[in-house]
Amino acid sequence: MSYETVIGLEVHTQLNTKSKIFCGCSTEFGASANTQVCPVCLGLPGVLPVLNHKTLKHAVKTALALNCSIESFIKFDRKNYFYPDLPKNFQISQYDRPLSYKGHLTIKDKDKTKKIGITRVHLEEDAGKLIHEGDDAASSYVDFNRTGIPLLEIVSEPDMRSPGQAYLYLTTLKAILKYLDVSDCDMEKGSLRCDANISIRKKGDTKLGTKTELKNMNSFKGVKAALEFEVKRQIKLKEKGEKIMQQTLLWDEKKQKTVSMRTKEEAHDYRYFPEPDLVPFVLKQEEIDTIKNNLPELPEARLSRFMSEFKLSVYDGNILISDKYLADFFEECAKTYKQYKNLSNWIQGALSSELNNRKIQVKDLKLAPLELTKLLKIADEGKINNLTAKTVLTDMIHTGKSADTIIKEKNLAQISDSSALEEITDNVIKDNPKPVGDYKNGKENAIMFLMGQVMKQSKGKANPKMVIEILKERIKNA
Amino acid sequence: MNNNNNLFSLSAKDIITQKTDPKSVIASLTERINKVEDKVKAFVRKPKINPAAKPSPKTNQPLWSIAVSIKDNICVEGQLTTCASKILSGFHPPYDAEVITRLKNAGAILWGKTNMDEFAFGSSCENSCYGPTSNPHNLDCVPGGSSGGSAAAVAADETIMSIGSDTGGSIRQPASFCGVVGLKPTYGRVSRYGLIAFASSLDQIGPLTKNVYDSALLLNTIAGYDHKDSTSADIKVPDFTKSLGEDIKNITIGLPEEYFTKGINREVKIAVDTAIELLKKKGAKFIPVKLPHTQYAVAVYYIIATAEASSNLARFDGVQYGYRKDTGQGLIPMYRATRGEGFGEEAKRRIILGTYVLSSGYYDAYYLRAQKVRTLIKKDFDDAFKTIDCILTPTSPTPAFKKGEKLKTPLAMYLSDIYTISANLAGIPAISIPCGFTKNNLPIGLQLIAKPFAEDTLFKIASAYEAETNWCKIKPKL
Repeated sequence: MSYETVIGLEVHTQLNTKSKIFCGCSTEFGASANTQVCPVCLGLPGVLPVLNHKTLKHAVKTALALNCSIESFIKFDRKNYFYPDLPKNFQISQYDRPLSYKGHLTIKDKDKTKKIGITRVHLEEDAGKLIHEGDDAASSYVDFNRTGIPLLEIVSEPDMRSPGQAYLYLTTLKAILKYLDVSDCDMEKGSLRCDANISIRKKGDTKLGTKTELKNMNSFKGVKAALEFEVKRQIKLKEKGEKIMQQTLLWDEKKQKTVSMRTKEEAHDYRYFPEPDLVPFVLKQEEIDTIKNNLPELPEARLSRFMSEFKLSVYDGNILISDKYLADFFEECAKTYKQYKNLSNWIQGALSSELNNRKIQVKDLKLAPLELTKLLKIADEGKINNLTAKTVLTDMIHTGKSADTIIKEKNLAQISDSSALEEITDNVIKDNPKPVGDYKNGKENAIMFLMGQVMKQSKGKANPKMVIEILKERIKNA
Repeated sequence: MNNNNNLFSLSAKDIITQKTDPKSVIASLTERINKVEDKVKAFVRKPKINPAAKPSPKTNQPLWSIAVSIKDNICVEGQLTTCASKILSGFHPPYDAEVITRLKNAGAILWGKTNMDEFAFGSSCENSCYGPTSNPHNLDCVPGGSSGGSAAAVAADETIMSIGSDTGGSIRQPASFCGVVGLKPTYGRVSRYGLIAFASSLDQIGPLTKNVYDSALLLNTIAGYDHKDSTSADIKVPDFTKSLGEDIKNITIGLPEEYFTKGINREVKIAVDTAIELLKKKGAKFIPVKLPHTQYAVAVYYIIATAEASSNLARFDGVQYGYRKDTGQGLIPMYRATRGEGFGEEAKRRIILGTYVLSSGYYDAYYLRAQKVRTLIKKDFDDAFKTIDCILTPTSPTPAFKKGEKLKTPLAMYLSDIYTISANLAGIPAISIPCGFTKNNLPIGLQLIAKPFAEDTLFKIASAYEAETNWCKIKPKL
C-alpha cells in the first residue's frame, strides 16, 4: 500500500537582541553559568516583567516576512507548569491572541515551488538550562543565563509531505531569519530548535492520521533523519495492523532512533490565563507599516534578481543567496567586476573552500570585495594564471595584503616575455623527444605533458596561452 | 523628660511640626515595644536599628527620621522577608521594593516587618507562621487582615506609620478593626515592584497611619510612576496634603443601597449614620446610588484572586530559595513535600481553588466569566461617579471578631471583606477612617471610595470628618 506523509514543524528561535525580553540582562552566549541574571529573570518574589520593545519589533519583522497577518492587540499569557529550569514555574508566552497568524513561506523542491502555511508566530521567554551530573543524573544544576532570552515560536501548518520538504522548510526559514538579522539560528548553540509533528495516511485519504511529536533533534539533518525513521516506524505499525499511539518521542542521535517520552494521557494542562503584570496595548498601524517598509530583500526575491541581473543559473543563485553575507559579498564584487559567472565560480570555489579551511564565516572575512575583484582582473589580464591566483587569494586572506603587493613580493607575475618562454620551451623540447614525437604523430594530448614541464620549470609563472602557441610553433618548425 | 515617655504616640505630622528629636522618638518607640509587643505581636521580629546609625543630615526630607514599619510581603534588601510563610523561611531579598527605595530616599527609618496572614490570604491575621496578632483594643479579638500587624502596630503606638498591602480590603478592614486610617490607592498609583504578589491585578500598596494627614504624607512619598512596574500609572502625583482641610460644600456623596442591607452590625450602622449626619452638617450632599452588580463581587474576587495567586505562588518550589524538604526521591516528591509542608492551610486552599478555576474545561465558566462580571462591576462605579464625587459605606459589616471565631468557616471569613472587595476589582481608591466605637470599645471604620486617581477627594472628605471628631485620638489601653 502506498502512504502519504504529513509533517508540521514547530520552530523556536532565539531573537538576537542585546538584552532579554523582560529585563536588562545580556543575552550573550557562552558566559559562565548564572552570571547574566537579575532578580527579574530569576523570578525572585516580588519582581515584575517589563517588555523589551526591541523584541516585539524583531517578532513583527519576522511575521511580516513570513506573510503573516499581524495582531495589533499585544497581550501576553502565562503558561503554567512546574520544571526546575523555569524559575517562576510559568512561562510568559502568547496564547489566544498570538502576535501574528496565517502566513506562509515558499520552498523550492527541485524545480517545483510549494507554499507551506504558517499557523502562527508568537513571542515568549526562553527557559533556563539544566545540567545533569553523572549518567544517572544524581545531581542537577540550573543555569539561568538562558532564562528570559526572547524566543519566537513559529508553527507551520501540516503542509509538508516528506522529510525532504521539512528539511527545505527549515533551510528556507533559516535563510529568511538570517536575512532579517533577527536570530543567529545556530542549532548547536540552541538558538534554533525544532519539534516535528508527523503522521501518515493512505494516499488519497483526506483525514489526518494519528500524529506523534518528535523532539530533541539538534540539527536540520537530525530533523530529517528523525522524520525518516518515524515514517518507517509508522508504516511498519500500520502494515502489521497495529495502532499508532499519539505520543511525544525523543530522537536519540547516537542510536538514530526515536524513544517514547510521554503519551497523550500524561499531557499537561497549562492553565493559560492573561499575564496580569503586563498591560495589553495596541501596536499602532504606522509602527507596523514602518517595519514593513524597512524589510530587507528576502532570499526568494534576491534569487530572482540574481538570475535576471547577473544571468546566473538557479543552482549558482541558490548557493549564493543561501548565505546572506555570501550574497552581499558577491553583489559588492559585482559592482567592479562584470564577469559574473567567473565571479560566482570564484566565490563558490576558492573563496568558500578557504572559508571552510579556516572555519570562518564570510562576514568574519577580512577581505574587501574590491581586493578580490582586483585579483580577478589581474588574472584575466594574464598577469598571473589561475593556479597562482588561488595561492595569492590564500595569502591575501591570511595576511590582509593586496594582490599586487603579494605578486610583487613573491615575484609571481606571469612570464609573458616570449624570449624567456622560448628558452624554457626549447629546453623542454630537447629533453623530451618521445612526447614531442607523439605529438607529431597526431597525439594532441602529448602537448599538455610538455606544457606541464614548462610550467614546472617556470615555477608556475608561465603564461599558459603563450606556452601552447610557442610549443606548437617550435615543434612544427623543428 | 516626662514628656519623652509619650513620644511614641506622636503622629508624623506632630513630629514634623514639633521638630521632635528623632532619637528620642526611637527610644520611646523601643520602650513602648518592650512594654506592649508581647501582647500585641504586631511584628514578625521586634524592630531594631543599628545604635551606631546616625540620622540622615538631610533634615528637609519629607519623612526625615520617621519610623515606618513594613508589611512582611514587601522586599527589603538583606532583610528577612517571608510573607509570614514557612515556605519563604530564610529568604533575604537582594533588592529593595520600589516603595522601600522611595521611603529611604525620603529619609524614613525602616521600623521592622509587620505580621500578616500568610501571603495576605485572610482577614484576621491568624494565618501566620509566626502566630496571630492581637487587636490592641481587645487582645482577645483579631486586628483584621491581612495587614493586621501594620494596623495593630500603628494602633498600639509601636510605630509612627506603617505600610500595608490591599488586595480585597487588607489595608482598610484591619484599619477599621484597629481604629486607624488605612488607604488603598488607585491601582497603578503605587509601584508593586518588590511586593510579593498575591493577586497581581488587585494588589496595591498603601499607608496605615494615625491620622489622615499622615496618610496623605506617606502617599506623597510612595506614589508615582515606576518603569519597573508595567501596571504603574504615568500620572502626575499632586501634593496630597494640600487637599486636606478644604471645605466639602460642593461635594456629593453617594450611598449605595446594596451596601446598607441586612448583615450590617447594628452598632456599625449607627456609627456610620451618625457620620453621615455630621458630613451633611459640613455641607456635603448625599444621594442614593445603585451598584447593581455588588452581589457578585465576592464570588468574582475569589475566582480572579485565587487564579492569579495559584500562578504567582508556583515559584515557591524549594529549588532556588526558601524552605526545601528534600525527601531524597527526586524532583516531584521534593516539590510535593516542600509545598505540602511550607504552605499553611489557607494558602493551600486558595492554590487548589485557583488551579481549579483555570483548568481546561472550567476556564470559561469561572475565570472568563468572572472577568466579564468584573468589567460590569467597574462599569457600575463609572456610572455612579458621573453624578457623585465619592461613595460612603461601612468598611466592614462588623467590628473586630474574636480570635478563632471564623477560622473553621472560611466562607464567613471571606464575607468580612464584602464592602472592600469591589474597590479592588474596579481598581479605584478607597480609605477607611475611624468613625466610632462599639460599647465594648471596639473601633468602627467608615469607607470612602472615589474615582480613579481621586485620592485627593478622599483626603478632603476624610480630613473634614476627622476635624470634627476625636476617634483617632482614642488610644487602646495596653
